[in-house]
Amino acid sequence: MSTVEERVKKIVCEQLGVKESEVQNTSSFVEDLGADSLDTVELVMALEEEFETEIPDEEAEKLASVQDAIDYIVAHT
Amino acid sequence: MAKRRVVITGMGMLSPLGNDVDSSWDGICSGRSGIAGIDRFDTTGYNTRIGGGIKDLDIEPYLSTKDARKLDAFIHYGLIAAQQAVDASGLDDYTDLDRERVGVAIGSGIGGLEYIEKNVITMEKSGPRKVSPFFVPASVINMISGNVAIRFGYKGPNIAIVTACTTGTHNIGYAARTIAYGDADVMLAGGSEMATTRSSIAAFSAARALSTRNDEPEKASRPWDRGRDGFVLSDGAGVLVLEDLEHAKRRGATIHGEVIGFGMSDDAFHITAPPESGEGAARSMKNAIRDAGLGANDIDYINAHGTSTLVGDLAEVSAVKSVFADHAHTLAVSSTKSMTGHLLGAAGAVEAIFSVLAIREGVLPPTINLDDPDDGCDLDFVAGKSRKADVRVALSNSFGFGGTNGTLIFRRYEG
Repeated sequence: MSTVEERVKKIVCEQLGVKESEVQNTSSFVEDLGADSLDTVELVMALEEEFETEIPDEEAEKLASVQDAIDYIVAHT
Repeated sequence: MAKRRVVITGMGMLSPLGNDVDSSWDGICSGRSGIAGIDRFDTTGYNTRIGGGIKDLDIEPYLSTKDARKLDAFIHYGLIAAQQAVDASGLDDYTDLDRERVGVAIGSGIGGLEYIEKNVITMEKSGPRKVSPFFVPASVINMISGNVAIRFGYKGPNIAIVTACTTGTHNIGYAARTIAYGDADVMLAGGSEMATTRSSIAAFSAARALSTRNDEPEKASRPWDRGRDGFVLSDGAGVLVLEDLEHAKRRGATIHGEVIGFGMSDDAFHITAPPESGEGAARSMKNAIRDAGLGANDIDYINAHGTSTLVGDLAEVSAVKSVFADHAHTLAVSSTKSMTGHLLGAAGAVEAIFSVLAIREGVLPPTINLDDPDDGCDLDFVAGKSRKADVRVALSNSFGFGGTNGTLIFRRYEG
């Protein structure tokens, strides 16, 4: 079973069309990985599906980096 | 104000016959059918199980997987045809290009139906929060024009005319006028369609519009033949680079032909069927001939709308006879839809390209599957095989639901 970190990074790669080597824990979705506002909405939807959880909009808006996403998933699943 | 002359300096195409202009044209000249069984979805339970899909398309050279996912296939097709047309025109290598004077008019008859279907199904199953944020920008019709502008930095007029099966023709006509009037120096114009989806095939079937010759797909599209039983729905895109003649000369562009006439009309008769007389189609042709400043006798070739429907094919023949009188029996009339099927909003665009190539290459495209012409179908339909001919002026017709008609006229560029 992959770790949360691995699974989050895999989804980030798929959704944003970036290589695994480009994705660091500190990477910002918008500034480092080239996401726009619609990309981040879809990324959150993909995370919800992968981890079978619901991320409320006000929480989703705070997820700016890969680490933010990992922390949220670990705390809420 | 004098009208500026408008020439064609680039062309791009995806069709059931091939994924570029050359392979599609090769299919036309050899009288090949691009129609086959539909494999995009499970057609069990469908009366019609055939169509003209795009085959073996590698979109990777044109679009990243990430970007492709955010766009319906009709936008992929339009963007690819636009890229091909721009590449062929050499426009992007012209360092003096003023991108504020370059515009786009590429439409679609139906739009992003597959994306719409997918998201509606997801919404039904999983609720509104699962609808993609790209749903709207992936499926609305002006997003080919919008994405082309973003990709190439074209900041001029940007529009997408939507008139069912007349879409491609109207966009090209409008674009040519935009240049003639001086609002732009270059326009990318045409249409794109990817409507062989499960709801669309079901819907056109319900309207009894489609051929059900499922066992012989290559023979299903047979304009003017007694055995015709409806049109064959197809996918693809056609885009032309239209350019002010002086602008084209200044940059030393290759000129493939000239757009000299555009006409429009409406039947004001019925939502899907034309009147038997084809009087609306006739007025559209007359308007285009007048716009071109020609006489009816100057037309050498008509690329007909010719969809292979019972009523439509006869109405167009009546219209041609009423406009051209005796000359109707001298000129050549053919339907390239006998090979491509009906690309709806892209039809006028790919047929404009075939008309230009008929002039440039001196070849009359054939009408295939015309084994037994129906009563009254007695024109020179170039039945069976393409034919060499001196084609100086070609006319292309498109007629759509809503009774909307459009006609374009192209002439060999002779300086």
